[in-house]
Amino acid sequence: MKPRVLQLFTSGINCDRELRFAFETAGAEVQEMHISELIQQPQALESCDVFAIPGGFTYGDDLGAGRVLALEVERYLTAPLRAMHERGGTIFGVCNGFQVLVKTGLLPAIPGVQVSLTWNASHRFECRWTRLRVEEPMGHILPPGSILHAVSAHAEGQIVLQNPEQDVPTLLEAGVIALRYCNAEGTITETWPDCPSGSRGAIAGLISQSGRILGLMPHPERNLSALHLPDRGRGAWGQGNDGIAFFLGLLAPYQARVRS
Amino acid sequence: MTLTAWRVELELEPSRKDPLGEAALQSLAARGFPLPGDLRVGRGYLLPGSLSRDQVEAVVERLLADPVNEVSRILAPEEADPHGAQTLLVRRMPGVSDPEAQTAARALALLEIPLPAGAPIETYRSYRCLSPVDAQAFLQHGGPALANLTIEEASLGSAPVHLHPTPSPRPSQRTEVPLRALDAAGLASLSAQMSLALTVEEMQAIQAWYQQAEREPTDVELETLAQTWSEHCKHKTLTGPVHFQQINASGEVVAERQYQNLLKETVFAATQKLSPDWCWSVFKDNAGVIAMTEEIGIAIKVETHNHPSALDPYGGAGTGIGGVIRDILGTGLGARPFASTDVFCVGPEDMEMDELPPGVMHPNRILEGVVAGVRDYGNRMGIPTVAGTVLRHPGYVANPLVFAGSLGEIPRACVDKAARPGDLIVAFGGRTGRDGIHGATFSSEALHEDSESVDAAAVQIGDPITEKKVLDVLIQARDRGLFTAVTDCGAGGFSSAVGEMGEEIGAEVDLEQAPLKYSGLSYWEIWISEAQERMVAAVDPKHLSNLQELCAIADVELTVLGTFAAHQRLILRWHGEVVADMPMEFLHGGVPQPCRQAVAPVPPQNSTAWPEQGDWASLLLQCLQHPSITSKEWVLRQYDHEVQGGTVVKPYQGANGHGPGDGTVVKPRLDLPQGVALGCGLAPRQAELDPYAATANAVDEAIRNVVAAGGNPHRTAILDNFCWGDCRKPDRFGSLVLAAEACRDAALAFGAPFVSGKDSLNNEYRVGEEEKAIPPTLLCTAMAIVEDCAQTVGTPLTKAGNLLLLVGLTDERGGASVAADLLQLDDSQVPRPNFDTAPALFACLHQAIREGLVAACHDLSEGGLAVAAAEMLIGNPQLGIQLDTSRLPQATELPLAARLYAETPSRFLVEVAPEDVESFASLFRCQAWASIGEITTSQTLEVLADGQSVFSLSAQELATANGVFA
Repeated sequence: MKPRVLQLFTSGINCDRELRFAFETAGAEVQEMHISELIQQPQALESCDVFAIPGGFTYGDDLGAGRVLALEVERYLTAPLRAMHERGGTIFGVCNGFQVLVKTGLLPAIPGVQVSLTWNASHRFECRWTRLRVEEPMGHILPPGSILHAVSAHAEGQIVLQNPEQDVPTLLEAGVIALRYCNAEGTITETWPDCPSGSRGAIAGLISQSGRILGLMPHPERNLSALHLPDRGRGAWGQGNDGIAFFLGLLAPYQARVRS
Repeated sequence: MTLTAWRVELELEPSRKDPLGEAALQSLAARGFPLPGDLRVGRGYLLPGSLSRDQVEAVVERLLADPVNEVSRILAPEEADPHGAQTLLVRRMPGVSDPEAQTAARALALLEIPLPAGAPIETYRSYRCLSPVDAQAFLQHGGPALANLTIEEASLGSAPVHLHPTPSPRPSQRTEVPLRALDAAGLASLSAQMSLALTVEEMQAIQAWYQQAEREPTDVELETLAQTWSEHCKHKTLTGPVHFQQINASGEVVAERQYQNLLKETVFAATQKLSPDWCWSVFKDNAGVIAMTEEIGIAIKVETHNHPSALDPYGGAGTGIGGVIRDILGTGLGARPFASTDVFCVGPEDMEMDELPPGVMHPNRILEGVVAGVRDYGNRMGIPTVAGTVLRHPGYVANPLVFAGSLGEIPRACVDKAARPGDLIVAFGGRTGRDGIHGATFSSEALHEDSESVDAAAVQIGDPITEKKVLDVLIQARDRGLFTAVTDCGAGGFSSAVGEMGEEIGAEVDLEQAPLKYSGLSYWEIWISEAQERMVAAVDPKHLSNLQELCAIADVELTVLGTFAAHQRLILRWHGEVVADMPMEFLHGGVPQPCRQAVAPVPPQNSTAWPEQGDWASLLLQCLQHPSITSKEWVLRQYDHEVQGGTVVKPYQGANGHGPGDGTVVKPRLDLPQGVALGCGLAPRQAELDPYAATANAVDEAIRNVVAAGGNPHRTAILDNFCWGDCRKPDRFGSLVLAAEACRDAALAFGAPFVSGKDSLNNEYRVGEEEKAIPPTLLCTAMAIVEDCAQTVGTPLTKAGNLLLLVGLTDERGGASVAADLLQLDDSQVPRPNFDTAPALFACLHQAIREGLVAACHDLSEGGLAVAAAEMLIGNPQLGIQLDTSRLPQATELPLAARLYAETPSRFLVEVAPEDVESFASLFRCQAWASIGEITTSQTLEVLADGQSVFSLSAQELATANGVFA
């Protein structure tokens, strides 16, 4: 049996095709469900390994990116999601999906640290390739210190914190920072263009202490071949296999279960 | 009745930088009203006054305010604003759609805070000045600087704020308009009074029909005729008869031609003559469709949205892209959009405010608005905007052009459609409001200085998320075979959608069934409203419940409006009473087609030779910063040009993402190797001198773009968009006839059929008595099939030691070139493609790319060879180029300036590895080409002539001049 992914759909989700393709290429079986169906049949979560929220502009990002979908998830899906996670399932969000996970409070869920995602420092939507350094807490998915190349394409991807000087070390210590923006030399940076949003702590992605709730702003599902890279695979952006490696790593626990 | 409201404003915390506040300060300063101190911008919400303070505070905390970086200001209903005199509020006018407010209402329900009936929510913006300010002056300058007064209103925070009441109802009983007894003058004034935009001849044709029918028309019948016969819907000028004369400098007629139907005998004729079997649908549906594989076709359409964008750049461009996406959704039984294009033509960057005609926005504000409009609509739809350009010219100051294109994939079995008698007429998507009443007739009229105030109703506001829902549900319904035909509500609204679908059979509509945004619309407003995001489908009654179920899950509203019939008539009812009853034949075939006159001069032939001496390095830097050539990366980065994961040759390329591409290649299906290359060409500066050559060059450029990226020239389809002045004037129409002839000749020469097109005439601007036309503008868009996306190339240099080959011949004609503009040469000879040699050359280049002989390729366009070489280096500044201008193919007599800067079409600069040159040479044995340079590691562009250095510029200098950031 293949790893089973339940992919959420609702008004404004628009990165569903490429996310589904990436999961399937990495060996998963993907079921898509509209939130209105999932609210009617929350038991669908019982039989899945990964619950994924794709990117997009849910409900137009009106009232703040991911805000209204976060309310819906909180109100209708909190209990079944918690059960699914406790059973060993993974909750994954990319771009708008990550915004939803932060706004529901599922990430980073560290007491005393208030995290929000807001407008890029430039106050503009921006689409560009970025380099993300894999941090220790995500080491079970990709090698720590390696670089994941992915497309940033968002307007509200800036991590903001109440007290950045205290909160970044707290989050590092808590082991919830998964990915940080870096430059071509691999050095962490908060400055544009390597970090397009100006995110505090150069945070591009967060992971729960369980290691099974993961969200990131940039899109690994858009890096599936050398043809996708800006230099067409000449080395500055890897070889075009980062995206697949990422999804294989995400699905690995469920592949292993299948083999045993 | 006064509807009181809570005012909630969310500002960034005082310690945080407010980029919107800074932008607002700049806009105010630009209008001569610099503010001392800081300005904070707030997201404002008006909530019904009947809510309790606890409820409002809960809404703010749980829904509206960011928990980390925002602070809220809450004012109770009728509470005085302590900062009122230094706060400006910008609100939508009554009746203007407010999608965010609808989302807020939905979210309140999730919080279990019920909204009182009839009490809506509104959103607005607040601008709070932190230091004291002259309140009246702030209002006076802040209004035009911070609001779009066509659709928004500005007020001071000190004035009481109430929710807008529901728009007042208009009388709506069956109304006849007596016209049988009117004379010509009476008919003209009736047309003007009802904003019908019909000519006296057309009014007379209508009069004659009603005289025969022995009754007066109803208001909605006249409105329907006006919509259906509008230039926008009917393209009367291009499809009518025309008598064309070409005259020489002394006024003698040197050539004369007559067309019964200009478009049919030029553009369509070329397609018909070519008619390749890979063209699946041409000129009959909302978009053209060609084959990508045997099972999958690609639909393509490019539209203009010029006049609405002049009044409201943001909304106009957004609804422009939204409209063309619906054209793709409404092609066949529905195509799935996977790429968008846009081209903007605006006035010069450096215009002073006092140079602007009255009522006209600054070109930079227009450009920012249209870019933001396409960005916000396209990004929300999740369709990558991948190709396009920005062109500046003084002729577009008062009448900017906004082109928006869309491409979709469609299964072959879904290409044909036909509504059948007995099918239900089903509307789905957005609701109908008073937006965009008379859009079709408005776009067919010239703009004038009062346009801003009188035509507010013609501006529509887009709601991309509603359209996204429509897209999702439509494709699912298509795949389940739930409808027999579908089309979009574009210009003319239901009247055109139902009219077109029922043209061959007949239709009956009950107008009171249409779901409305607010009550009070009269039946004719419902019928012609251009409210956005609506589609109409023909549904077999047995499939209705399935379709309703799909729509319910996706939260899409669906309504049965009526039935298609077999009586060849259009019948409209309002609460059971018949308010219109006309035969389809008269509606669609009754428009009179008078013969128009068209006159064009023989193009001037004066030419100043290129100067022998000059500072060629500085000329290159000037070219790179010329408005036509300067980097447009800042535009593309605001578009999600990689969403859907299929963009494999990007608009800006190379490791740094700064190298401008030629064609963009997009894979509509991630599981298939095939893709589509997209390119465009337009040359309005050339068209002012020689419309024929300019048009041929635009076609050449569009095809050149796609071939350079790896598109197959034998599978290339092209589209025309004619934007012209008022073609009732013979001089305007004259250049259009020449352009149409050039389209025909170029399509035949390249074997590239036109598959779709659109025209926008009457692009004129009236100030007092003076009427000015835009430069004749033909946009050619090319789409080529790529059999294997692995066989595509980019423009950035790839490897030191490789050779640079110039393919194609250069001649010295320099008319309307960028260099001629900068050097102020009086050269009116415009180059043109050689139709005998160019197609074979394109075919050879394509073969070379397929065989893997080409490492990089860039076409030569504005700025000629020098700019093409510079741009290839900007895409990979780690390398260098040594270029020997003495080695150009067959160019011994050409002056150096022409070698570097002439803009002869049909040329490419190609990077080839030394070991591949022999194979390349054998492919190109019958073509003009030469090896003219080497790729080095010098990080400079070194230009030689006769073995001597002419100049040398570093990659960094070139990139800086080109406006590349970072």
